[in-house]
Amino acid sequence: MPRINSPAELEELRKDILSKRDPDRPCITLCSGTACHASGSEEVAASIEEEIKKQKLSAKVDFRQTGCHGFCERGPIVVIHPEGICYLQIEPKDVPEIISQTIKGKKVIERLLYTDPTTNEKIVHEFEIPFYKNQERLVFGSNGKIDPKNIDDYLALGGYSALAKALSRMTPEQVLEEVKKSNLRGRGGGGFPAGRKWEECRNAPGDIKYVIVNADEGDPGAYMDRSLLEGNPHSVLEGLIIGAYAIGSHEGYIYVRQEYPLAVENVYIAIQQAEEYGFLGKNILGSGFDFAVKVHRGAGAFVSGESSALMTALEGKVGEPRPKYIHTAIKGVWDKPSNLNNVETWATVPLIINKGADWFRSIGTEGSKGTKIFSLVGKVNNTGLVEVPMGMTLREIIFNIGGGIRDGKKFKAVQTGGPSGGVIPEKYIDLPIDFDELSNMGSMMGSGGMIVMDEDTCMVDTARYFLNFLADESCGKCVPCREGIKQMLDILTDITEGRGKKGDIELLEDIASMVKDFSLCALGTSAPNPVLSTIKYFRDEYVAHIEQKRCPARVCKALVSYYIDPEKCQACMICLRQCPVGAISGGKNQIHVIDQAKCTKCNTCFEVCPPRFSAVRRLSGEPVPPPVKDRVLARRKG
Amino acid sequence: MTTEEISRVDQIIDKYEGEEGILIQLLLDIQQELNWIPKEVAERISQRLNIPQSQIYRVASFYTAMSLTPRGRHLVSVCMGTACHIRGSPRLLDRITDILKIQPGETSPDRRFTLNTVNCLGCCALGPVMVVDGKYHGKLAPAGAEDVLKKYD
Repeated sequence: MPRINSPAELEELRKDILSKRDPDRPCITLCSGTACHASGSEEVAASIEEEIKKQKLSAKVDFRQTGCHGFCERGPIVVIHPEGICYLQIEPKDVPEIISQTIKGKKVIERLLYTDPTTNEKIVHEFEIPFYKNQERLVFGSNGKIDPKNIDDYLALGGYSALAKALSRMTPEQVLEEVKKSNLRGRGGGGFPAGRKWEECRNAPGDIKYVIVNADEGDPGAYMDRSLLEGNPHSVLEGLIIGAYAIGSHEGYIYVRQEYPLAVENVYIAIQQAEEYGFLGKNILGSGFDFAVKVHRGAGAFVSGESSALMTALEGKVGEPRPKYIHTAIKGVWDKPSNLNNVETWATVPLIINKGADWFRSIGTEGSKGTKIFSLVGKVNNTGLVEVPMGMTLREIIFNIGGGIRDGKKFKAVQTGGPSGGVIPEKYIDLPIDFDELSNMGSMMGSGGMIVMDEDTCMVDTARYFLNFLADESCGKCVPCREGIKQMLDILTDITEGRGKKGDIELLEDIASMVKDFSLCALGTSAPNPVLSTIKYFRDEYVAHIEQKRCPARVCKALVSYYIDPEKCQACMICLRQCPVGAISGGKNQIHVIDQAKCTKCNTCFEVCPPRFSAVRRLSGEPVPPPVKDRVLARRKG
Repeated sequence: MTTEEISRVDQIIDKYEGEEGILIQLLLDIQQELNWIPKEVAERISQRLNIPQSQIYRVASFYTAMSLTPRGRHLVSVCMGTACHIRGSPRLLDRITDILKIQPGETSPDRRFTLNTVNCLGCCALGPVMVVDGKYHGKLAPAGAEDVLKKYD
């Protein structure tokens, strides 16, 4: 690779790369993010390569393994360019047909296309699928076009032009002003304006300053940072280098979870390639600006994603938070001024520099500008990553993009902001989503996790789940968080296990306000959110658990019994054979009965009972009827 | 520890020679190499890098990625992320603890399996998910767990 010494040389290189690429030449792209990987994309990749060779097409068609396309529900995804033909849930056996029919014969294979669930119409192009059509993919859009292990793919799409612009035509102050003017707010949780953070760090005394990418994405159910880092690592690096220039920093860190092995791998490769071209290192693009970056792998602790804790971990110590009377922008890593932003925030910076703050401000709401990537998961039809302008309503996101609720169930609530966030009930489904609206609702943006819940989700169990998570992840340094969370968890466990008492709800509220006011870091101060928001919107469910010992969603094991309806049981023996503890008696032509004393409530019988019988029922808050006397099945003839 | 193991540990330590704040990275590498962090290794690091053993144990016991006891031949991780939770991962985990007869964080006496829970693997479309030795088993009903685990010995 040649070293690039000036913006002019960069444009030469870009021209050179583009001249070798024929936009009309067929190119097969295959999503190879972690989720598609898990659904078998490696095997598909191998058979595409083999088939291209076998059909002697190596000189006529390109094949590219890209990052996450976002539509994880239907992976592995194949898109054929330049037409943009999109095939979903591809298996190796489909590959020969794709190559011979679509690549050679220019014919579309109907059965591999997306079928619109409402109109039953087949949709050929990726951009016409409702999941994609309703999005605005500014930050995330290049993921599906780039091989993250090849920097030339990023350059072909205009990569590093923002860096060239910043270094050659803008002063650090101008870069800072542009970011401030854009009102870019941190995408990692709090939504603090990035420009103000940068400014504080820039103005802090000292020559050595650090810039940090926080890729310790810990919120369960949120994975946009992983997908960006895996699929388009150079966009994050470019943003980081621009930020370093504005702040006056010459050293940076990327802190990434080791649970994301592919992201770690791709970041290392990206750094190496950027160093070879001279986008990192000494005298970047001939500007005289030096910048180097190191990777630090996180070792599995949620609290280490908190900014001061992360900085402590970078020093090789246990990643626990410290008091922030003095901001980390002034005293961070090794007590030097340090600026930390999340992956998505950094990846947005090159766009702002290239297109300008005014363009960025034209998207979104009054207080929250630009787009946000949400990870839409849970009981929704189209699980995946969606990028939409701030201010889109929940209804549009969940129903127009997400395709509604699975299995025709009823929407109940959406949980946002991870363990620090809260739930938003159905009646607020037309709420426009931005930082401030979510806070007003008692939830928060967090990193953008959006967990959709249906009528089968118990809200008390959900609160207990998050508190259990937080009790496990609390570092234990400050008492309000360590003890407060534990006490709330104990009370919630009692309620879900049928030991709830009158006054528990009030006690929970009392402890919650103490934990909120007195904890050291954001883990503790936001920990009560899941409890308070579920009490606020679903108090009746708490009351049912406590007073009637009933779980309305039939989730809490201790409050549920399994019962086989003798009117519906067809004595098919399926549940009887699969019961792991042998609690079901019966036989051929003999109606099955569950022995309540033996039943471990593992739910197996409920899952395996054929839907056309639906004989297994979950009961809660009512006694289990005694077994019928005559258990011989009178089969209806005819 | 064998001399070969000691020299492997030494090689890892050499890689970080002269750098600051490397303890976590170093321990992660050793965990990956040996599958756990034996007492002798903690002593070795302490001697060579002049880091108190107490600090090494503090780090190694804080992070879930590091283990101070030997792990089994196969690592089973069950995702307990929110999306998996509402799709039934607690029932999956119950079934797996029944089959393996160990609780999360434990290793079976024959060292065949170590069972772990993880907070989110970021493949929520596949929930509930179990990972065995890096291979993902998605949309796994409790009733299907046994067939998967049977394949590993």
